[in-house]
Amino acid sequence: MTGVRVAGVGLTHFGKHPERTGRDLFAEASQRAFEDAGVPRADVEQLNYGNFMGELSEHQGHQGPLMAEAAGLTAPATRYESACASSGVAVREAVKDIRNGEADVTLVGGAERMNNLGTAGTTEALAIAADDLYEVRAGMTFPAAYALMARAYFDKYGGSGEDLAEIAVKNHDNALDNEFAQFQRAITVEDALDAPTIADPLGLYDACPITDGASAAVLVSDEYAEEHDLDAPVSVTGTGQGGDKMALQDRQFLARTPAAERAAEEAYDDAGIGPRDVSVAEVHDCFTIAEVLALEALDFYAPGEGIGAAARGETTRDGDRPVNLSGGLKAKGHPVGATGTSQVVEMTRLLRGDHPNSDAVPGPVGVTHNAGGTVASTTVHVLEVEE
Amino acid sequence: MSDESGEADRVRDEGFDDFLDAIESGEGFYLECPEGHGSLPPRRVCPHCGATDLEHVALPETGEIETYTTVHVAAPEFADDAPYVTAVADFGAVRLTGQLRELDAGELDVGTEVTVGIGESETADERVLAFRPR
Repeated sequence: MTGVRVAGVGLTHFGKHPERTGRDLFAEASQRAFEDAGVPRADVEQLNYGNFMGELSEHQGHQGPLMAEAAGLTAPATRYESACASSGVAVREAVKDIRNGEADVTLVGGAERMNNLGTAGTTEALAIAADDLYEVRAGMTFPAAYALMARAYFDKYGGSGEDLAEIAVKNHDNALDNEFAQFQRAITVEDALDAPTIADPLGLYDACPITDGASAAVLVSDEYAEEHDLDAPVSVTGTGQGGDKMALQDRQFLARTPAAERAAEEAYDDAGIGPRDVSVAEVHDCFTIAEVLALEALDFYAPGEGIGAAARGETTRDGDRPVNLSGGLKAKGHPVGATGTSQVVEMTRLLRGDHPNSDAVPGPVGVTHNAGGTVASTTVHVLEVEE
Repeated sequence: MSDESGEADRVRDEGFDDFLDAIESGEGFYLECPEGHGSLPPRRVCPHCGATDLEHVALPETGEIETYTTVHVAAPEFADDAPYVTAVADFGAVRLTGQLRELDAGELDVGTEVTVGIGESETADERVLAFRPR
């Protein structure tokens, strides 16, 4: 089985681009990825593309071939939809295809256009990632769903709004020097605690913003990288995916995310590592409580012990295992279909040393964690710098 | 969902609306498989073990609030309802997600006992599962 190298990566600025189409955003991200990779477009054998709400936000389905065209490809293209884990799944399928010899060169990525829907429209569009009969008809929104999980967590394990605020502060700090981030400004714990409530116990600063943006990565086989003498020091060495019941009410746990636990275990086994080997992580912090659930699912902490990690300085940039050095979804932004691949993009830059926060990376092993819905679907990837 | 005139355009969902009808007439039920796992309609397979012979079983009269939140930023379908409380309540073999009625969030706690009935959303006049204090 061949190894999988990240040959090149690209992002657009994540933020408000309501007048730019998804195809324009993806064209820009993929252009950057090709320039970074030094791989000719003609060598690309397939596009794996993630997008969630294109029908609602752009009146555009069938985005695979459209985005191949935008990227300048004639290769077959498939859209993957798995809510906010859409392009994490796209990465996983690309890794599997390269490993099993189906392809030597793939373009993976994703894009989402959200700001043109406005806050109410985006709230409605995101809600369709929840169960329509059991949850949406009861007035559940995504902030509400994570608020339900946060209260269940506090009730079972303890924790406070201040613990969550520390996570927001950390991720804003990490985004300060990231030119692709939506928010390049610091906030304080007081700012977060004083912000308007969205769905208690979650306030405005516990939530990621509404974001437009795109991400892309060129993945190649070891053989292709060697034949073409590519400078591609980072490999995807592990991939895992987990699933769970769609509705929170049908889950065994309201304060744990077993889908992510299963994805992490699979990815660790695949890479031949354990959680103690991980130096740095990019996790799906769509809400601050989601970062806590991710840290525990990745087995960096036992259930109930991840809540204080940011406050204790363990996941900050000078901590033992920095988390979300990109700024995370919280500050970098969350164009939902682009997020999974954007985590791989940021991790690649962090590990190979050309990210503004690379100096905070304490070791050669990174993990990305991308969650769909209320973690009814999850992908986890392990990235490592080759010796 | 509503059309441009604001009229509700949701099509009746046989399984789920039958369930709401039953709750409304005080004959709430859930589906139970031979292993005793509970689930809600519409469902042909037990989501916990895969059994396909599911029977209607009477829903317990009382449930316990397991988690709740006050929604301040709502989707358009609930715009005029906000702020409102959405909660998950444990009815033994099944949990239900609904909105709280006749209680403020301040009077509510994890463990508060509730009954379930039907309420109406202000914005779209749609039926909503509603929890009330026991």
